[in-house]
Amino acid sequence: MAMTGVTNYLRFLRQAVHVATEGGWLFYAWMFVLTAISLVGANAWAVQVRDGMIRTHMTDHVSWGLYIANFTFCVGLAAGGVMMVIPAYLYRDEEMHDVVIIGEIVAIAAIVMCTLSVIVDLGRPDRLWHMIPGLGKFNWPISMLTWDMIVLNVYLLINLHVVGYLLYTRFQGRMPNPVWYVPFVFISIFWAISIHTVTAFLYCGLGGRPFWNTALLAPRFLASAFVSGPAFILFVMRVVRVGSDLPMHPGPARLLVQIIRVASVVNLLMLASELFTIFYTGSGHAAAARYLYFGEDGHDALVPWIWSAIVMNLVGTVLFFTPAALQRGTTRVVACLLVLVGIWIEKGMGLIVPGFVPSTLHEVVEYVPSLTEWKITAGIWAFGLLILTVMLKVTIAVFTKEMKLAPRTVAD
Amino acid sequence: MTERRAIELPVIGEVTRRTAIKAGATTLGLAAWATAIQPLFEWASEQSVDEFLQKHYRELSPGELQAVLNRLTDEARRETGRPVVIRDHQPIPGVVFAYALNLSICIGCRRCAEACHRENNHDRATHQSYIRVFEMQKGGIDFECGNAGYHHPVPAKDKYYMPVQCQQCENPPCVKACPIEATWQEEDGIVVVDYNWCIGCRYCEAACPYHARRFNWEKPQIPAEEVNIQQSYLSNRIRPQGVMEKCHFCLHRTREGRLPACLEACPTGARVFGNVLDPHSEIRWVLENKRVFVLKEELGTKPRFYYFFDK
Repeated sequence: MAMTGVTNYLRFLRQAVHVATEGGWLFYAWMFVLTAISLVGANAWAVQVRDGMIRTHMTDHVSWGLYIANFTFCVGLAAGGVMMVIPAYLYRDEEMHDVVIIGEIVAIAAIVMCTLSVIVDLGRPDRLWHMIPGLGKFNWPISMLTWDMIVLNVYLLINLHVVGYLLYTRFQGRMPNPVWYVPFVFISIFWAISIHTVTAFLYCGLGGRPFWNTALLAPRFLASAFVSGPAFILFVMRVVRVGSDLPMHPGPARLLVQIIRVASVVNLLMLASELFTIFYTGSGHAAAARYLYFGEDGHDALVPWIWSAIVMNLVGTVLFFTPAALQRGTTRVVACLLVLVGIWIEKGMGLIVPGFVPSTLHEVVEYVPSLTEWKITAGIWAFGLLILTVMLKVTIAVFTKEMKLAPRTVAD
Repeated sequence: MTERRAIELPVIGEVTRRTAIKAGATTLGLAAWATAIQPLFEWASEQSVDEFLQKHYRELSPGELQAVLNRLTDEARRETGRPVVIRDHQPIPGVVFAYALNLSICIGCRRCAEACHRENNHDRATHQSYIRVFEMQKGGIDFECGNAGYHHPVPAKDKYYMPVQCQQCENPPCVKACPIEATWQEEDGIVVVDYNWCIGCRYCEAACPYHARRFNWEKPQIPAEEVNIQQSYLSNRIRPQGVMEKCHFCLHRTREGRLPACLEACPTGARVFGNVLDPHSEIRWVLENKRVFVLKEELGTKPRFYYFFDK
């Protein structure tokens, strides 16, 4: 029995490798481009490790930049990924069940991108083992970073388990046993909220950074994650529908649009509340916000970023409220793109960098990412999309029964 | 057996053009990866296994610590060609250090910052120092009106000067932030960094409200003849690339009963340093008789660095 299990699993892997490397010229071109960008990123990172973080444009004044900005966005993407799971299981929406797995795959790819974004931000990646509990010194529960590391890794494991289990049972032609995945699905819902909350706590727990030190940060993170996650999934679903034989029902997509409608309004509302508190009070705490939105003493590197983000989020939200957004079509795609880019800026450059400008002693030192930082970040995205593509290929193959255990197995 | 072959044969039979291209592409891809990360190998060849496996400072046995100090001393001597001595200075029992600074007589000459720069083997090109001196507008203690980049004769009219360095907080946010305990507070109140344990995530730098921490964006460069050869593991030894560092109250001097380099360099006597547990110390006298204040008291960090105006 055990032997059959092993051979069946090996067969699964072999077929998975096969379908993941099979496709039309568009697929090959896509994979080639992604690999090439990943390579450029890997090379830039290797150079950065050798020469030091001097290759970035970060300084002692702005000590976190594009990497941590991108990390924060990707955590949101990962959390938003299971947004499909809640309606599917809580409301027993059967159509959702089939697409839930897409959300979980997006979550896996996003967590991989998170992990990479943190690793490239380390001055000494060779000492990463210092973080392994037992081997190194793990400053838990004092350091919020250790909490973040735990929740992100557990989230990755939960999603790997659910996705792996669902795919493998389908591959075998069996019905998945709810005992083996439903509890994990519920844990992952809770966990999705925890990863983004803990990530917000990383920043808002720092008393010396008034721009971050607000109780609104975690709720805002969640609201924007529940916009960016579903928006990204809508995108992926469209690609799957156009590019494969797997049918994508319109129902789940409509539900996602509804989620985005609510979440984006909540997000904008909280933004308004934050702006009022900062600017009406007008205390010294407003310095970072003044710099971010209007520039200070001729320093205005972030002004174009944040206004683009605000315009994109507003227009995207309005578009999502049009009836056209409930249908397949350009409006929905454009709306998704707008809020994705808008939130990427808002959560990244618009949140991380103004935490450091002006500095804790009110010095204004600006930050614009270096070419190395752009290369590495692009490389991380390319690698994340590479993983996403491979996982989608396998999932589609299993769901369309292109990939299944042959009815005749080796007799034992 | 025959059945197995029957299954495998089609697979072998599929060694067609497509499979061959896939194999070729995989090989090329792997080769490209190896080329892309080549700089990583160049870097790794310069790292030692002993350093990679080194334990946390506080977990080293006396013998292991001595071995580490010997290794680091050897390396430093090889690199600089100078008789560098790297020692380990332990806190003195019954001593807790504090610093006070008289803002009325500080003239903003920045000799303290310069002394720190030389004493602590800071990178020469960036003119790094643990001390930043702010030129402040009389009438308030508002850093928004302060300027650390002044270039004119001092003291200027209607200005006063505020040197800021690590406040050696009793409740240090940087120590809380560190995910791997690479930075901690010693018995005598000094917050130190194990440069051989830090992973360089810079969370402590984000957590510090006083801009006291510095990161080694690249390996510090100091001409061999300018290197201060009296070094200590937790203080002024030349830091590796990619790790944090900070003011350590010159523990390699102060734990020997000497004064910090910044204090010795001060031409006006604005700086007062000593053991707050000693009732006869000068620092204790200042704390008891002057109206001292600390920076950002509202944050609850409880600095051990005090400021006061004398008139």
